[in-house]
Amino acid sequence: MKIDLSRKVLMNMYRNLVLSRRYEEKLIELFSQGKISGWIHSGLGQEGTGVAIGESLNKEDYLVPYFRSRSSLIAKGINLNELTAEIFGKNTGCCKGRSGEGHIAEPGLGIIGAGGVIGSSIPIGVGLAYAANLEGEKRVVACCFGDGATSRGSFHEAINMAAVMNLPIVFVCENNLYAEFSNITIQMKIKDIFKRAEAYGIPGVAVDGCDPIAVYEAMIEAVERARKGKGPSLIETKSYRWRGHFEGDPCEYRPKEELDNWLKRDSLIFYQNSLKKANVIDTKKISEVEREAKNIIEKAIQFAFESPFPSLEEIMEDVYA
Amino acid sequence: MKSLNFRWAINEALKEEMERNERVFVAGEDVGKPGGPFALTKGLYEKFGEWRVKDTPLSEEAIIGLAVGAAAAGYRPVVEIMFMDFITIAMEQICNQAAKLRYLYGGKVSLPLVIRTLFGTGLRAGGHHSQSLESWFVHIPGLKVVMPSTPYDAKGLLKSAIRDDNPVIFLEHKDLLRIKGNVPEEEFTIPLGVADVKRSGDDLTVVATGKLVHAALEAAEELAKGDIDLEVIDPRTLSPLDKDTILNSVKKTSRLVIVHEGTKPCGIGAEISAIVAEEALDFLDAPVKRLTFPFMPIPFGPLEDKLVPGKNEIIEAVKEILT
Repeated sequence: MKIDLSRKVLMNMYRNLVLSRRYEEKLIELFSQGKISGWIHSGLGQEGTGVAIGESLNKEDYLVPYFRSRSSLIAKGINLNELTAEIFGKNTGCCKGRSGEGHIAEPGLGIIGAGGVIGSSIPIGVGLAYAANLEGEKRVVACCFGDGATSRGSFHEAINMAAVMNLPIVFVCENNLYAEFSNITIQMKIKDIFKRAEAYGIPGVAVDGCDPIAVYEAMIEAVERARKGKGPSLIETKSYRWRGHFEGDPCEYRPKEELDNWLKRDSLIFYQNSLKKANVIDTKKISEVEREAKNIIEKAIQFAFESPFPSLEEIMEDVYA
Repeated sequence: MKSLNFRWAINEALKEEMERNERVFVAGEDVGKPGGPFALTKGLYEKFGEWRVKDTPLSEEAIIGLAVGAAAAGYRPVVEIMFMDFITIAMEQICNQAAKLRYLYGGKVSLPLVIRTLFGTGLRAGGHHSQSLESWFVHIPGLKVVMPSTPYDAKGLLKSAIRDDNPVIFLEHKDLLRIKGNVPEEEFTIPLGVADVKRSGDDLTVVATGKLVHAALEAAEELAKGDIDLEVIDPRTLSPLDKDTILNSVKKTSRLVIVHEGTKPCGIGAEISAIVAEEALDFLDAPVKRLTFPFMPIPFGPLEDKLVPGKNEIIEAVKEILT
């Protein structure tokens, strides 16, 4: 792993990776204790991709998030109190408790487009990119989704439209080999989703999703391409989810050896070791970052617990502007 | 006042709103350089340029998605679905995304988009080019549905639809494009959610939509010779529906005929009938009668003329009720 990025970038990604990992672990714990209603789609094991995506974007850029990537929301700057309150369905949540865990938005940070229907966010991302073009302020869109979403017509229509219109958008597909309970061999004949880029006339590349630096470097190249007006790209990140599709999913459809092999590729441990080797962090720093993460998470959970649910009147508002 | 074709009323509304607000843009299939398959966007590309009058690929789902995203980013897209029959391809984006994201995001975005589409019989082009699916959208909270019947209504309502901060489905009847009507020279808008009493009368209320407003007015003219005085109401906006105007009329005349082009089950006539039954039952002297297209796909060719309810069917229904 070559490390020639600025210390600031490396440390941002490290802090966010630790925070994301501990947050995912905490959510699993809370859900298993029955403290969160609805469901949790854990991103445990895939956090390395999201921290790099968030780091590669400017504050004004748009993020259409992949539902499993809380790490991308964190790296984009989402307020963890408001995110947690939203997951708990409280009225102090970033969506006033209306969305829950499944589709988080924070328009103030440019986080827009997620919804409960997989793949429907992709054309919305293209719309954000169209607006960015009209505006002329060089904003780009990172439009993120999983492997399953690329079976939707909306994916193909959207990426084709973005390509022919030369829009400032980076499509990021986190391929974790499973769409809910279906292995990727049920979804497609091809093995590499990035190769679909060629069908639309745009550049495509695959990177190791467990390596934040590799993802970051691919993102920077694609983001710069978009910002310069040179059009869209497709980045496929190869990774694996350690948990089921949702918490409670017994996951009988996956072979144990496959999971065991991927468990060995821990993005946090690998990244931590690389940074230690390059003298960017030491044991003292690691403890400090872990402690900081723990504090932030504890405060966020307390905030969520103490916040009220929306009232019946509140929940009926905002149907129309 | 000036005499204006329905199609130029649409064209003028688009032009004026695009001049008024640079965030308004048009997109759809063949709307740009070609000026639209029915010339509705003619001249806009030359005036406003490629990026405000955008030709898109043949991708209805992505066209609406593009509108949703651009609206979320603060723009005011006016996208076109060439034939309403194709809007079915984009139902997911319209009903799950455009209609609901404001609500799901805690009111933190508004989606000020307009989806214009050509609907209805008249081209004799068969089952995939002639449908009236307005009631599908009336059923979805978060959307507004507008259906003008005259050039005046078309221009005024389209301008309001574009200025509205909600997703609006704007339905243009393809058989009305060539009709002429009086339109003010000066700037004007018509508010959404307000019905129009197109003809005052005392004996029976006819609520009609789209091109059938004109059939109802023709029926009224003929029946007037026989001393039967029809009140003709054009809802103009189907959602939110101006039910007060309809109820006040029914309370006055005690009789109601509803005529629309969609099929009967769960059509706009079903909704209006239910409202009247709920809120004005005691005022009715006769059952409500609905005249609609029969429950079948629309056939190709001139046979469509025999199946769409028209002046004669309305006259027959009125006479039946009054005797």
